[in-house]
Amino acid sequence: MKKIILLFILLPFFANAQEDLLGELEKEKTKETDYTFATFKGTRLVNGHTIETKNAGSLEFIFQHRFGALDGGLYEMFGLDEAYVRLGLDYGITDNLSVSIGRNSADKIMDGYLKYKILKQSSGEKNMPFSITALGGAAYSISPKKDDEPEGFKSVDRLAYTGQLLIARKITSNLSLQLMPTFIHKNAVNKFAEKNDQIAIGFGGRLKVTKSVALTTEYYYRLDPPDNDLLASVGDEKRYNALGFGIDIETGGHVFQLVLTNTSSLTERTVITETNGDFFGGDIHLGFNVTRTFQLKKNK
Amino acid sequence: MKFFLFMVFAVALNFTTSAQQRYFAEKSKVSFYSDGVVEDITAVNEKVTSIFDAFKGDVAFLMSIKDFQFEKKLMQVHFNEKYMESEKYPKSTFQGKIVGFNSAEEGVQQVRAVGKLSIHGVTKDVDAIGTIEKNGSFLQVKSKFNVKLLDYNINVPQIVWKNIAQQVEVTIEFTYRQL
Repeated sequence: MKKIILLFILLPFFANAQEDLLGELEKEKTKETDYTFATFKGTRLVNGHTIETKNAGSLEFIFQHRFGALDGGLYEMFGLDEAYVRLGLDYGITDNLSVSIGRNSADKIMDGYLKYKILKQSSGEKNMPFSITALGGAAYSISPKKDDEPEGFKSVDRLAYTGQLLIARKITSNLSLQLMPTFIHKNAVNKFAEKNDQIAIGFGGRLKVTKSVALTTEYYYRLDPPDNDLLASVGDEKRYNALGFGIDIETGGHVFQLVLTNTSSLTERTVITETNGDFFGGDIHLGFNVTRTFQLKKNK
Repeated sequence: MKFFLFMVFAVALNFTTSAQQRYFAEKSKVSFYSDGVVEDITAVNEKVTSIFDAFKGDVAFLMSIKDFQFEKKLMQVHFNEKYMESEKYPKSTFQGKIVGFNSAEEGVQQVRAVGKLSIHGVTKDVDAIGTIEKNGSFLQVKSKFNVKLLDYNINVPQIVWKNIAQQVEVTIEFTYRQL
């Protein structure tokens, strides 16, 4: 009988063992929303954008570079003699809104974007299967020169616009996929062969190979492309869907992206609607995107 | 009947004594500091929860790794993605005992914490010294100790090794209130 008494006295001690303290804490923690982070390493997938924006107060300098086509042979040093460059700055106004400006050497295009995170993938209290970022951009061609403008050319003809929804899901910590419905409006086109408004759907993804290295791919499928023979008949080059593969290497504040793609241009209008290279015909360009992030304002 | 009442009393006594001595962390701050060659790194987590049972000396705390705030947001992403793998190991916990605390005594007391610390899915026995300042129904607990990254299988890639020391100094500051 004494043993039973002892048992009863000790019972609360066992019941209230250490594990319970932790258990109690665990119970309170479950009501939080867990937001997915680092769906992609950078703000660019290959040629186009990812859902990622810059965090509030951080400035990214982006240097993008594409060589000529590899099939240029030894005379062109397999494309290395040619180079197309975009220099850009991306800045995070808030954690969800960032702004970007850039200058492309091809066609001397100045471009700018606003990127806004509409939805963020999350689990827990609030469950959201996808992240969605909206992108709105404008591109202004400085070429041709004022003096070289053809007859009837207006300065609004230099402008083109991009509207894009970037929809992504980080499926596992290593695999992320993205879908990019894209609308492009060009103020000036050769109406005989091409429409002002063009729609494309992009697909892409990244697969992390190690903690700092990832493989990426991106493909933009044009839903209503201009006919290549028609383009040829008005003296334009053939056009293809833009395809690219990349390797992302991340070191501290830098992201290096080494890419192989069939386009030498670096802004939505030209990448998606004016890619002249046939990837499987050997028009492959080596290129890289290098970013460096500077934290201008400290995170509270 | 007498016997039964005695048992009820015995059980109730245990519950009440332990309940009266329970403290819950109202304010918490766990920070770490790493002295690097290129730059020093600090991060603070103010969302840590903790319970301290002064009667038995049991203590536990729980934190989400993602709640550590860095001055540089990019560093915070790398910390979570590459080093702590916080999708796989979202939490860090401690459970153990505080030795040498006299709940009847007001003022600052030197104490020792002994128990199990879990970080990055690895649990290790730890032993740290600290202080408890008792002020009525409040307790202020402070402690500082070192954590070796390799003990917890936290691998920092070679390429950034200069940035991150192999050992970090962890500082704990909790303000508990008696429940």
